Amino acid sequence: MDALGIVFEASLWAAAIRIASPLIFATLGELICERAGVLNLGIEGIMTVGAFAGWVSVYNGADLWTGVAVAALAGAAFGVLHGFLTVPLGLSQHVTGIGITLLATSLTYYAYRIAFPSVTSPPKIETFAPFAIPGLSQIPILGDALFNQTPLTYLAFISVIAVAYVLHRTPIGLAVRTVGENPAAVEAQGIDVTLLRIGAVAVGSAFMALGGAFLTMSAFNSFYFDMVNGRGWICIALVVFGSWRPGKALLGAILFAAFDAYQLRLQQLAGAYLPYQVFLMLPYILSILALIAMSRRAGYPRALMIPYRKGER
Amino acid sequence: MRLEPRTEAARSVWAIAPLVAVVASFVIAALLALLGGASPFAVFAAVIKGAAGTQFAFLETLTRATPLIFTGLAAAVAFRAKLWNIGGEAQLYAGAIMAIVLGTGALPLPAPILIPMIMAAAMLAGALLLLGPTFLKTRFGVDEVVTTLLLNFVMVLFVSMLLDGALKDPMGLGWPQSKKVIAEAQLPKLIQGKRLHLGFLIAIGAALLVWFINARTTFGYEMRAVGFNPRAARFAGIPVNRVMAKTALLSGGLAALAGVSEVAGLKGNLTLDLSPGFGYTGIVVAMLAMLHPIGVIAAAIFVAAMFVGADAMSRTVGVPNYIANVMVATALLTMVTAMLFTRFRLKWR
Repeated sequence: MDALGIVFEASLWAAAIRIASPLIFATLGELICERAGVLNLGIEGIMTVGAFAGWVSVYNGADLWTGVAVAALAGAAFGVLHGFLTVPLGLSQHVTGIGITLLATSLTYYAYRIAFPSVTSPPKIETFAPFAIPGLSQIPILGDALFNQTPLTYLAFISVIAVAYVLHRTPIGLAVRTVGENPAAVEAQGIDVTLLRIGAVAVGSAFMALGGAFLTMSAFNSFYFDMVNGRGWICIALVVFGSWRPGKALLGAILFAAFDAYQLRLQQLAGAYLPYQVFLMLPYILSILALIAMSRRAGYPRALMIPYRKGER
Repeated sequence: MRLEPRTEAARSVWAIAPLVAVVASFVIAALLALLGGASPFAVFAAVIKGAAGTQFAFLETLTRATPLIFTGLAAAVAFRAKLWNIGGEAQLYAGAIMAIVLGTGALPLPAPILIPMIMAAAMLAGALLLLGPTFLKTRFGVDEVVTTLLLNFVMVLFVSMLLDGALKDPMGLGWPQSKKVIAEAQLPKLIQGKRLHLGFLIAIGAALLVWFINARTTFGYEMRAVGFNPRAARFAGIPVNRVMAKTALLSGGLAALAGVSEVAGLKGNLTLDLSPGFGYTGIVVAMLAMLHPIGVIAAAIFVAAMFVGADAMSRTVGVPNYIANVMVATALLTMVTAMLFTRFRLKWR
C-alpha cells in the first residue's frame, strides 16, 4: 500500500462519506442561517445538544427516527433563542453565538451527569444500521461508498437537494435569500423580517442538531464529552468554501472528509516518521487555508451580521 | 413592542446590568438544582461556602481567578477594538510552552531576571499567534472568529505533540507531561503554605495597566475609535490596520500570561489539562465586566467563585458541577441583553 494507492481504495471513499455526513447536515444548517443574514456560532453547542438529545431518547426506549426528531426539535429550540437575541434584539451575533455554544454545551453535560451520575463506561444504544440499496450498491468503488450507508447519510444527501430546491426554486427560499441581502426589500413585500429570520435560524439549527445526532446514532453508539470536537467551527469554514451554495457546500464537505479519511490512513503509513498529532492538525489547518483561498471570491450575503431595525437606514 | 435608540447612554442601566445577569444565572441554577433533585438553597449555600466560606476557600477562588483575569483582559482589550479574539486558549498554551522552554533549566539565571524574561517571551509568543489571524482579517477579510477558534484545536494538538516529544519529562513515567520549572522560574507564593501566588498581583497590575492605556493614552483612544466605527476612524486619520495589529499584540500577550501564571505559579509543569477552558471563560469575564479592565478583576473573581464553589458543592450535595458552566453562560447572555438597554429603550406600541 502506498500513499497514492490509498486514493483508489473503496474503503477510503466509504469512510469519507461517513465522515462527511454530520458535516453536510451542520454545514447546510449554518448555510441557511447565514443566507438569512444571521451568523450562528452556536453551531458547536447545538451539535452537542443534538448528539445528546437523539441518543438519550433512544436510550430511554424511543425508536431511532423519534430520536432524530427530538434532536432536531432541541436544536431548533436553541435556534429560536439565538434568533430572538440576534434578530429583534440585534445583539452581537459573535458574542451571542459563543454564548449559545457555552450554554448548550454546559446544559448538555449537566443533563448527562444528572441522567448518568456514575457510569464508568458510557451506555450504548442500538444505532442505525447500514442499508445497502439493491443494485446501486453493486457498482464498483462508488457503490459501496454512496449506496451502502446508514439511512441518516441518505437523509443528509436528500437534505442537500431539498434545501437547494427550497432556497433557489420556491418563494419562501427567495424571501430567505433576499432577507440576507436586503431586508428592507423583504419588508416592502409585506413579509415580517423578524419572523422570517428567526424561522430560518430555527430550521438551520435543527439541521445542525441532526449533524450532532449522526455522531451518536450512526457513527458511534454512545455519547462522549467533547465529541463534536470542533466540527461545528469547521462547518463555518465549509460554508464560506462552498460560497453559500448547498451543492458546493456538499462538495466541500466530501472533499474535506476525503482528506480526513486519507490522513487517517496516511497515519498508519507514515506514522513512524511523523507524530500522529500532525495528522490530526491537518483538518483544522486545511479549514483555515480554505478560508484564505476563498477570501477573494467570498460573496458574503450582504446583510450578514447586520441587524435590521424597522425604519432605520 | 420595538426598540428605540436612546439619545444618551443610560448610566442607571450600566449599574444594574451586572446585577440582572447574576440574578438570572442564579434563577437558572435554582431550576437546574430542582431538576437534579436537590434543594436550590442547599446548592447555593454549598456553592457560597465552597467559594468563600473559609480562608482556604476564598484563597482558592482568588487562585482560580488569576488566569481568568488575564484571559478576561485579553478578550476585553480585543473586543473593545471589535477584534474578535476567541483564541485565548491557544495563546494561553503558547505562553505556557515558553515558560517550560525557558524555565526548566535552559537559562540558569536568578529569579528577578528569569521571571521577567519568561513573561516577555511568553507575551511575544501569544502576541504573534494572534497577529496571524489579525493579518488575515485586515489583509484578506478572513473572519478572525473562525481562524482563532480553529487555532485553539491546532495548539492543543501541538502541545500534545511537544509533550510526547521535545518537552516530554523523561522521569514522567510515560505520562504526557513536561519537566517542572526550576525554583528560580517559580512565581513565589503570596502566603506561606497556600496556593495563591504572585501571578494574582501581576494580574491586578496588568488590569491597572490596561485601564491606564484605555483611559490615558492615544492608543487607548484609537482602539475605542476603531471599535466604534472603523470607517470614521480611517477618515479621522487613524491607521486602522496598525491599531488592529497593536491591539492583537496586547491581547495575545495578555492571554499568554495566563499560561505563564498557571505553569510558573501553580502547576509547575505543562500538561494537556492545564486550562479547563480559561480562554473561553475569559470571554464571559470580559462581557460581564462590560469590557472594563477593573471590572474584569471583579468579574473574574465572581466567575472563579462559581467554579470553585460548584466543585465543592458537587462533592457535598451531589449536583453536577457543570451547573457553574450553565450559570456562567446564562450570565453572559443576560448581560449582553441587559447592556442593550443602555443604548435602546423598549417602547410598547
